[in-house]
Amino acid sequence: MLMMTTTSGASSSGSLAKGAPVSIGISLSLSGDFSADGLAYQQGYKLWAADLNKAGGLLGHKVNLIIKSDASSATQVVTNYKTLISVNHVSLTFGPFSTLLTLPSAQTVNRYGYAMVEGAGGGPSVFSAGLSNVFDVTLPVSYDLAPFAHWLTSLPNSKRPTTIAYATSNDPFTQPVVQEAQKLIGKKLKTVYNNVFPAELTDFTSIADAVAASHAQVVVLGSVDVPTVSAFMQAFEQAHYTPKAFVATAGPDQGKSFITAVGAGNANGMMVPNSWYGGSTNPQSVKMVAEYIKLYGGTAAGVNADIAEAYSVGQVMAQAVTATGGFNNAKIIKYLHSGKTLSSVQGAVKFNSLGENLAQTAYTFQWQGSKFVEVNPVTDKGAVKVLFPKPAWG
Amino acid sequence: MATGLTLIFGVMDIINVAQGILVILGAYLSYALSVHFGIDLFAGLAITIPTLFVVGIVVERLFLGRLKGPERTAMSILVTYAISLVIEGALNMIFTANPVELHAWYVNKSFEIFGTYIAYIDVFGFIMAAILLGGLYVMLYRTRFGASIRASLADQTAAALIGIDVRRVSTICFGIGVAVTAAGGMVYGATNAFNASSSYDLISRLLVIIVLGGMGSLGGALLAGILMVTLEDVVGVVWSPVWSQITFFLVLVLVLSLRPQGLFGKQSARVA
Repeated sequence: MLMMTTTSGASSSGSLAKGAPVSIGISLSLSGDFSADGLAYQQGYKLWAADLNKAGGLLGHKVNLIIKSDASSATQVVTNYKTLISVNHVSLTFGPFSTLLTLPSAQTVNRYGYAMVEGAGGGPSVFSAGLSNVFDVTLPVSYDLAPFAHWLTSLPNSKRPTTIAYATSNDPFTQPVVQEAQKLIGKKLKTVYNNVFPAELTDFTSIADAVAASHAQVVVLGSVDVPTVSAFMQAFEQAHYTPKAFVATAGPDQGKSFITAVGAGNANGMMVPNSWYGGSTNPQSVKMVAEYIKLYGGTAAGVNADIAEAYSVGQVMAQAVTATGGFNNAKIIKYLHSGKTLSSVQGAVKFNSLGENLAQTAYTFQWQGSKFVEVNPVTDKGAVKVLFPKPAWG
Repeated sequence: MATGLTLIFGVMDIINVAQGILVILGAYLSYALSVHFGIDLFAGLAITIPTLFVVGIVVERLFLGRLKGPERTAMSILVTYAISLVIEGALNMIFTANPVELHAWYVNKSFEIFGTYIAYIDVFGFIMAAILLGGLYVMLYRTRFGASIRASLADQTAAALIGIDVRRVSTICFGIGVAVTAAGGMVYGATNAFNASSSYDLISRLLVIIVLGGMGSLGGALLAGILMVTLEDVVGVVWSPVWSQITFFLVLVLVLSLRPQGLFGKQSARVA
C-alpha cells in the first residue's frame, strides 16, 4: 500500500504525464561528519531548482527534489538511493557529497540504469570503478594541487623553500590529491615529514606537533573539512611555528564557515585548491552568487564552493534533459558521453569516457585579509600575487 | 565528560548515549555567551554548568526516571539516543552545521618550558578538570549526600531499605553528570572546531573510556582517559598515526579479556 501511494510512475526510462512534476532523488549528509558540506549542497541544489522552476521548470515539468539524509554513512547512502528509485520512483538522481559516498551511490543507481551527475565525487576510485553512468561536473581532484606544485617548484632558488611536510587523511578524496602533489614536487623540496592518518581520527594534536617539530617550510595537508585544518592551525600557533606556505585540500574553501572557525587573522595566507570561487567573473556564477547573497546574506568571498558544485550538477542535468527531450536515463548517459561541451557556474563541462570533466582549470585560492583570491596559475589573468611567505598567526 | 557518563551509569544503570551531544550543547552555550555577550569562556561556566544541571534534571524527570523493570538499561540507550537526535537537530537549526570554534586570548597561545611549548588552554583546562574532580571527590567522600550516592552505587535496594531516597539521588546524579559536560564542552570547543555532528566522535570515545575504566568507576574513567590520549599520541608520533587508534583498541581488548569488568569495575555489583 505504501509503495502504491508513494509511486509517481516514473522510472529510468523517464515517461512523465503532462504537467506532472519531475522528481529528482538525492542523498545528502545532513548530519554526521560531512554535514557542513551536505547542508551547503542542499542549499545549492535547492537554489538551482528554485531558479529553474521560476523559469518554467524542466521541459515544462516543475522540479521536485526528494532529499534523504544519509548521516554521512556509506551504507545509508546506498539504502537511500535504492529507496529513491524503487519506492519514490524518481526520474533522475543527483550525487551525494564526497568521493567516499559517491562511489557506492553511483554503483547502486547504475544497477537501475540511472545516470548519476555529481559534483563532489572527484576521487580516482570513482572513475576507476568501470561505471559508465557517473559524471562529475567538477575537475577531478588529482589535478587540484598541480598549479600550487608548479608555482612552488618554479620559484627562483633564492626564494624557493627547501623543506616540505605532507600529512593527509586516508580519505579517497584527499590522499590522491596529496600523492599527486608529491609526485609533481618530487625532490625539488626535501620531504621532512610524510604521514597518512586515519579518516576517523579526531585528535590531530600529535600529528600537528610532529609537523611543527619538523620545521617544514611548506605544509601540504590532506583535509576533508574545516575542523581538521583548524586543529592543525591551532597546534602550529601553539608551537610558535608558521610555515612559509600552507595549503589544505579542503576547509579554507568553506568561506564564512572557515573564517568563523579559525578567525580572520589566522586565515591570512592559507591556501586551498578548487575550480571555483565566489569572486568568479563567469556571468552564470555572478548571477548565482547574487541570488545566494539575496537569500542567505554574506559576501561573495563567503559563498561555499559546494553551492556552485551542486548548482552545476543541476545545470548539466538540465542541459542533458533538454537536449535529449525527456527523462530517459539511457539517452541522458549517451548524451553526456557524446563529448558535447556544456556550461555551468563553474565553467565549461565536457566529459571523457570515464565521466571526468577535464574542461575546467584547477586554481589555487588564498585568503588575503578578508578576501579570498585566486593566486594560481600565476599566468591566469584573474590571479593576484601569492602572499608569500605566509604571515604569522593571529 | 567521561566522569559524568560513568557516574550516571554507576548510580542509575543508565547508559547515556546523549552525553556526546550534551558536551556539544555545553560548547555551544559557551560559544553563544562568548560571541553574543562577550563573556569569557571560563567565567561563562558559572552560567553553563547550572544551566546544564537543570537540563539534566528535566531530562531525568521527564524521560529516564520513568524507565522501570529489567529492560531499563537497554531502554535507556534508545531513549537517550532519541534525546541526542532531537538536540542535534535543534543545534543544527539554531547554529547551522558550519563548524565553529571558541576563541579567547589563551586558546591559541602557549608558553615555553625547557624548549617545549605548553598551550595555556591545556593548562587551564587541566586545572579546571582537577578542581571539578576534586569537588566531585569531596562531594562523594566527605558529604552525607555523597554517602547516599555511594550507597546507591553499591546496591540500590539496600540503600532504599536504609532510608535513602534513591530516586532523588538518581535525579541529582544525572543532573551532575550532565552539568560537567558544560566544562568538558567548553574545553572541547576551545581545542576543536565543532558542530552538532561532532557528538558522534565524542560519544564513541567516551563509551570506550568508561568501559576500559570500569563502568561506574570515576577513578577508572580518569585513568582510562589519560591512557587513551597518551597511548594514541605516543603511537601516532613514534610509530604512525594509522596505528594510534588501533593500538588503543588492542589494549582495550587485552584488558577486557583479562578483566571483563574493566580496570576498576566491580563485577559483583553489576551482576547483582
